[in-house]
Amino acid sequence: MKILVTVKRVPDPEQKIKLKDDRIDLSAANWQLNQFDEYAVEAALRLTEDARNPATRLGEVTVVSLGPAEVQQQLRAALAMGADKAVRVDSRDEDLDADIVARTVEKLVRRDSPDLVLMGKLAADNEGNEVGQRLAGYLGWPQATFASIIEVVEGGKALLVGREVDAGVEMKKVRLPAVVTVDLRIVAPQAIKNGRTPPDHAYPEGPRYASLKGIMAAKKKPIEELTLAQLAIQPTLRVRTVSVRLPPPRKAGIKVSSVQELVDKLHNEAKVI
Amino acid sequence: MLMTFFREEHELFRKSVLNFVEREIRPHVEEWERAQSFPREIFRRCGELGFLGAHYPEEVGGSGGDWWYAAAWGEALTHGRCAGVAMALMVQTDMATPVIAELGTREQKEEFLAPALRGEKIAALGISEPGCGSDVASLRTTARRVEGDYVINGAKCWITNGTRADFITLAVRTGPEGSGFGGISLVTFPTDVKGFRVTRKIAKIGNHASDTAELSFEDCRIPVRYLLGEENRGFYYIMQNFQGERLIAAVSAVAGAQLALDETIRYTQERTAFGRPILKFQVWRHTFAQLATEIEAARWLTYRAVDLYNRKQDATREITMAKLFAGELACKVADRCLQAHGGFGYAEEFPISRYYRDVRLITIGGGTSEIMKEILSKRMGWG
Repeated sequence: MKILVTVKRVPDPEQKIKLKDDRIDLSAANWQLNQFDEYAVEAALRLTEDARNPATRLGEVTVVSLGPAEVQQQLRAALAMGADKAVRVDSRDEDLDADIVARTVEKLVRRDSPDLVLMGKLAADNEGNEVGQRLAGYLGWPQATFASIIEVVEGGKALLVGREVDAGVEMKKVRLPAVVTVDLRIVAPQAIKNGRTPPDHAYPEGPRYASLKGIMAAKKKPIEELTLAQLAIQPTLRVRTVSVRLPPPRKAGIKVSSVQELVDKLHNEAKVI
Repeated sequence: MLMTFFREEHELFRKSVLNFVEREIRPHVEEWERAQSFPREIFRRCGELGFLGAHYPEEVGGSGGDWWYAAAWGEALTHGRCAGVAMALMVQTDMATPVIAELGTREQKEEFLAPALRGEKIAALGISEPGCGSDVASLRTTARRVEGDYVINGAKCWITNGTRADFITLAVRTGPEGSGFGGISLVTFPTDVKGFRVTRKIAKIGNHASDTAELSFEDCRIPVRYLLGEENRGFYYIMQNFQGERLIAAVSAVAGAQLALDETIRYTQERTAFGRPILKFQVWRHTFAQLATEIEAARWLTYRAVDLYNRKQDATREITMAKLFAGELACKVADRCLQAHGGFGYAEEFPISRYYRDVRLITIGGGTSEIMKEILSKRMGWG
């Protein structure tokens, strides 16, 4: 199976947000791989290996990112986990929106014809949750978002995807090629069944750590560099940032002494009941 | 933090270790501190991920990396906020094993080093004794040659990983009584030999998650092929081996101090007294500015030593200075940071209190600050 995984670098979500000139100040940002994208890489690797013999690849995983030269670090991290090759489309973060990203990935998909595009369900920076859906639309492919289970069925022609919805897990069959975005639980020990790894195999919880062997091997793996122009993408933003403001500081809470007082306050002061 | 010496692959390695530390070590620290031990599995996983053999040659199962990998490893381990686990792992990678890579025969590398780097065998370094620590030349554990064997008698003390080590890189006296530094040898000692006993687990003020043992040897027979290098050259080998041990200690001391300071600054930004954050009091801002400066100085002294050591230059002077300076500084940083936390600093629930207890070892283990000064003054020709 040929899988294309999109990855994005995001500022460390633990860092305090500072504003400067009406924008988020990212000058001291500690950039890292978006966590859901890391899960997508892990899912792609589990789909393309036999866990009893992970050195033998059963497919190919390409990681793609749009961003400046520094994004190479995040791509290298994904290669160190075990992805086979990478593509970086040169761009500045401020020149991108979800639509441009989706259109760019569409071009790459049409060029490379993967069987599956795996993505994180959203990026932790703006929590957009748009690119996967747009991409599936542009490609005219089936999509399954928020996947927490993926099972390869019909001899590799389709996937059975468990999607986390409010009421539980919805099972959906999608024919390949397809776009799947993944949720947190896709890295649970038995969330993925690829037909080769024994179904009772349990992975350690979470995305794998890059082994030093993997890191050394990643040095030799190819990272293709492209520009938006080479992919014939018009960088016209559909979404413009007008201004950025921090949420007002939250007022301190109060302690109430009885249920009655709580009900009173919710009714008379907060006016929510 | 991208430093001149660390390249992209070092940073990837650091990130992988940090990830591991954050997910597999840090959440369990309280439990392991209480249990006074941590699972063997940690050694195995670190071995599997190639962390233990990063700077060892490929022929012994390492990855052939340079010493900056050891530096990244030592720095990343401090993020577990548990010096006990960090030290147990550094004993495995940089204290008990380098001398086997350096001097061991092929059999010794296969039997001891390779499984240690895979995390399958736990290693310990046995030099100090109940009657001598810094004064290595007067150690009294004897190894007599009997037929093709050494028969070992004596005791060792302060041995990290000692209660569960599978083998010990052991210093013994092969020369006659009174032979001083000229009668010491190093051997690889498997702990399943008859007559070997863990006498007791020593209770300590810090490093609770790591076991420290007193060991006894009663007519323990090991084959002479377990000798490391040449007989009676052990003192010299130990002094060589100390270089890597002291260097990783300095690296770890600097990184730990930086982490403690960063966390204390964060805490004092949030904690208020007399209507403003603690950090807004000039006395604390100046204290932190001073400590940050000293940590930066310690870091570059240490990196200078790493650079020399990495290029196989004589680094004894710089390593000794780094261990002395970074060790003493770490204790000072711990003291000031605990003070800035006020009452919470003295409470077990804040990591700073554990840091304060753990850090105290740094000016003692691997050669005391006094010994560092002695080495330096002798090298300068004053002693």
